[in-house]
Amino acid sequence: MSIMEYNGGSVIAMVGKDCVAIASDLRLGNQALSISSNFQKVFPVTDRIYVGLPGLGTDVTTLRERFRYRINMYTIKEEREIEPETFAHLVSSTLYEHRFGPYFIEPVIAGLSKTPSGGVKPLIAAADLIGCLNFAKDFVVAGTASTKLLGVAEGLWEPDLEPEDLFETISQTLLNSVDRDAFSGWGAVVHVITKDSIISRTLKGRMD
Amino acid sequence: MNTFVERFTTNASNGLFCGNGAVEEDEEFSDAMWGSEAGFGSLARGVPSFTVPSVSDPAAFLRLHTDDHADPNCKIKIQHGTTTLAFRFQGGVIVAVDSRATAGSYVASGTVKKVIEINPYLLGTMAGGAADCQYWETYLGMHCRLHELRNRERISVSAASKYLSNLVYGYKGMGLSMGTMICGWDKTGPAVFYVDSDGTRLKGDLFSVGSGSTFAYGVLDQGYRWDLSDEEAQELGRRSIYAAGHRDAFSGNTCNLYHVKENGWNFIGNYDISKLHYDGPGDVAGSPGHGYGYDLRVEGRSSVNAPEAAPAVAAQA
Repeated sequence: MSIMEYNGGSVIAMVGKDCVAIASDLRLGNQALSISSNFQKVFPVTDRIYVGLPGLGTDVTTLRERFRYRINMYTIKEEREIEPETFAHLVSSTLYEHRFGPYFIEPVIAGLSKTPSGGVKPLIAAADLIGCLNFAKDFVVAGTASTKLLGVAEGLWEPDLEPEDLFETISQTLLNSVDRDAFSGWGAVVHVITKDSIISRTLKGRMD
Repeated sequence: MNTFVERFTTNASNGLFCGNGAVEEDEEFSDAMWGSEAGFGSLARGVPSFTVPSVSDPAAFLRLHTDDHADPNCKIKIQHGTTTLAFRFQGGVIVAVDSRATAGSYVASGTVKKVIEINPYLLGTMAGGAADCQYWETYLGMHCRLHELRNRERISVSAASKYLSNLVYGYKGMGLSMGTMICGWDKTGPAVFYVDSDGTRLKGDLFSVGSGSTFAYGVLDQGYRWDLSDEEAQELGRRSIYAAGHRDAFSGNTCNLYHVKENGWNFIGNYDISKLHYDGPGDVAGSPGHGYGYDLRVEGRSSVNAPEAAPAVAAQA
């Protein structure tokens, strides 16, 4: 029995043209027994950053609150919103603080950072459970369906997708991957972050 | 186990197993094994024979490489999670199964046939080792036919199931894994027998086997009566497999439904479990006319999506 597979769940993030997308399934299980079809594991950090926390259910809740605390403290001290890259390092150090007794979560970060010229730059990152960061140019995956997600994303993703096309790509990738994973599924949620809006949609998925 | 080792080491003459180690097995192939006898060629010599690894304890050797409870990373994974059910009622026997095969958490297939059609009057269900069930139930079918030829009458479900249970008992401790229901119609009427690889054989009205069996039993027990109509019984089978497919991670994809009547079994249909959740079984006998899903059934009636009418009345006042 692996603790990473105790509750199940998966998250994926993808880069598009001046936009990023992050999506997750909605299942919370107790090993083989599915409990909830409305367990959120992707949370807003700022207006332009989302974080996905697949892994052990209890740590999803704990880490979410821990990050909320640290983000609030950062915002108060710095008197500005945190940038995605800074947030990624905050996630990393929070996890490494527990190097010898880790949170069983593999976070996925998706955000848009500001450029000096006033534009935006997409950023996605994933970390392992003790905080090793992986900044990818295309997509990152985590959770019980990670191997399946990686394969499907490799086949469907292409560079410079517009928000609506990116939504379609990430949705199809997630939905089809979780159907091949016994511990993920039971519905899905997708967030596409663009310069001036966030598109959040709940998807109808297979319920078995 | 000891009896098996004895038979192996002393090169026993009873012919149940190949006496020689795997290295010398080349001469063991009779012409029949290469022929059109579908792997049952060895029947010409009576009982089937199997090659065994040339180690001192072959069963332990096999267990070392297949037991995924002790070692999840072991090389050979045998199909596990399943939901199967069968029940007897006034109108015959209903047999319903799911179609998911998993290897660890990987959904290896969503289109497995877990009902084995032994002959036009007998059905067997598949839970546990897919190959074990498939091989031995097909083998059972051959012996049922031989029984018919010898005795000029169809084998009873009781005799067929006993043949299977005695057969698997002979391999006890060697790693066979099967939990099956032998269902059919004979002189005594509809019959269901539960047979597993431990050697258990039980006669009964209602059984469910597999990782999702608890969920299926929940629905089954609640809706079961002897005087169910054909339509009600088929719907109960479908609804029970849906419940298991919905809640059990290792069951799902589709439901296969069979109905055994006096003149043999009928395949009723294949139903997508997700479709059952959202839309129901469609235009079939016994259909409730809507999806089975909880959210659909309680729409506007639960605390999370309360009826909208209440605030509108308050606004008027």
